[in-house]
Amino acid sequence: MIPTQEQTESVVPEERIEIAVRRDVPDRIYRGVATAAGFTTLALMALIGGFLLFRGASALRKAGFSFLTTEMWAPDQGGDFGIGAVLPYTIQISLVALFIAVPISIATALFITQYAPTRIRRPLTSLVDLLAAIPSLIYGLWGLFYLQPRLITVGKWMGDNLGWIPLFKASGPAPHSIGQFAASTFVAGVVVSLMVIPLCTSVMREVFAQAPMGEQEAALALGGTKWGVIRDVVLPFGRGGIIGGAMLGLGRALGETIAVTLIISPMFVRQFSIMEQGSNSIAALIALKFSESNANGISALMAAGLALFLLTLLVNAIASVIVGKGRSGAQTEI
Amino acid sequence: MSEIVEERIKPRRFNPDEVATVALSFATALASTWLLLYVLLPFDGALGFWLITYIVFIAVVLINSRRRFGKIASQDLVAKVVVWSSALLVLVPLVLVVFYVIGKGYHALRPRFFTEDQRYVGALSDATEGGGAHAIIGTLQQVGLAAMISIPLGVLSAVYLNEVKGRFAGLLRTLTDAMSAVPSIVAGLFIYASWILALGQQQSGFAGALALSVLFLPTVTRTAEVVLRLVPGGLREASLALGGTDWRTTSTVVLPTSRSGLATAVILGIARVIGETAPLILTVGGAFVVNTNPFGGKQDALPFFVFRLVRFPQEAQIQRAWTGALVLLILVLVLFVTARMLGGRGPDHISKFKRKRLQKKGLA
Repeated sequence: MIPTQEQTESVVPEERIEIAVRRDVPDRIYRGVATAAGFTTLALMALIGGFLLFRGASALRKAGFSFLTTEMWAPDQGGDFGIGAVLPYTIQISLVALFIAVPISIATALFITQYAPTRIRRPLTSLVDLLAAIPSLIYGLWGLFYLQPRLITVGKWMGDNLGWIPLFKASGPAPHSIGQFAASTFVAGVVVSLMVIPLCTSVMREVFAQAPMGEQEAALALGGTKWGVIRDVVLPFGRGGIIGGAMLGLGRALGETIAVTLIISPMFVRQFSIMEQGSNSIAALIALKFSESNANGISALMAAGLALFLLTLLVNAIASVIVGKGRSGAQTEI
Repeated sequence: MSEIVEERIKPRRFNPDEVATVALSFATALASTWLLLYVLLPFDGALGFWLITYIVFIAVVLINSRRRFGKIASQDLVAKVVVWSSALLVLVPLVLVVFYVIGKGYHALRPRFFTEDQRYVGALSDATEGGGAHAIIGTLQQVGLAAMISIPLGVLSAVYLNEVKGRFAGLLRTLTDAMSAVPSIVAGLFIYASWILALGQQQSGFAGALALSVLFLPTVTRTAEVVLRLVPGGLREASLALGGTDWRTTSTVVLPTSRSGLATAVILGIARVIGETAPLILTVGGAFVVNTNPFGGKQDALPFFVFRLVRFPQEAQIQRAWTGALVLLILVLVLFVTARMLGGRGPDHISKFKRKRLQKKGLA
């Protein structure tokens, strides 16, 4: 006989049973040590922000708010300095990278979760992880020696034929020389996109894989095609993952150092065109100027590092809010 | 299109009609792009050629299939073609990068690259002279030290997040995520500001190891937490029900059960960290001779070695950088394959070695 609601309730004791916990010494030590280890993260994050602020304070005091607008970098000689051009370049490079990486990542994640035969899903996931494991230094070298000579022909074609669009503008009259397009924001962005793709793909793959099976099957049973299922079930369900994955990718792209350093030729004056030679990024600025800076210069670089640190924190915080109350995106092995 | 078809529909199968449409569309796209670019508009560069071919290809598939199969089926086919080609496109750079680095690096790779340093080498000497022993030793020591700092700390943090489940677990998990997004150059800058400027230490291998730890710690914590979460809750409850304390449960049940997963996580973390260049530029100082003491004097590191040499104008120096890059890539690949071979086993997997030990005790 199935007990009714009233019968079960009468069996359950009304009072909650309090369990007294008595921990022995090893247990208390274990909990204490683990808690301390957990809190090193908090301590380290506070220390990173604190030290950068402390070391960059003298530069920030000197430059004030013009630090964010000055298009120049001469702190060593006591001149003006600021990230007025470097910050927009950093963002431009990241946006170029995202513009390439996001569609490819969505398609790759869809391929792994929806199209690929079940047998090759795991190896494919491993290959995408391998793409993430290759050092950015090696991508930078490859981009510099292999990709750049091929990409500048595209840049030249865009500059020659689409030069009326400000984004692709090239200075001078129409038949441009090929060298004018090397070391540009565009080339750096393409190389950075290679490092963003595995990150975005793994976040999106996890979210797409969680798309409710019942709804997918219902859509198929109603006569939907595969693309119909993806368009009306998988993509709407994974919207948070797509936006969150893109934001995580943006965070990675903003902080990318070595590949950008190898490719760009540093510029401190703003230009809107992404094809024209010359670009910059905060991370590349630090890597390039570090060895030739005196105390004033180091302080200015610390301030630039602080700006980058805060920017990536902000982007990442937004990403983790978007990826959701669930921790679907954050669980990936990055 | 409206009447019901009695035939059985088999999903995920290549329809010969579709394959023919796609193949013919590709041929059309290739021919028309060639005509457009080489005959009508002068243009050079293989990359641009393939880009335009691809765009024309998708357009032609769309037009052809819409005429043959109707609107809905043609959208499905175009989506399939786009998704398949994008996934293939992702693998292209992987293959190209690996083979390009091998092709550039193997000329000057001699056994002496692993045994000699740059002591007697000038910018103009032959690329096969001297080696990168100083950089390899530096990298191994720095990464080893970073691992010795980060692995215990990271696993313990993961234990706090997943086993102790203290009051601040949620906050610390968010912070760990945030920390894993700290740009690598900022990690170097932080160690430079604290260890070198504030504490007055010199640039050394240990300073580099500290900078690497800042990047390594959140990686270990996150992946270890994922692994710990895979341990079935029933095992923990069984241990607690037998009267085990939290400490006994973690040390004798949870951690041994997730051992292979933890090993995979750690090795993958090492593979990521070993190629980091940016934090080392600021912290290790760089050197041309072997320095086996990571606590005193400047050291070199393989990625830093490559980064410095590739910016020289001399061919021989650039060649040395490529050789270094090849060695670095091999190291990463070996670590990655090892991790994959260890990984992919469930928490209940019993290795041959373990089975023998258990048999000896009469447990299996």
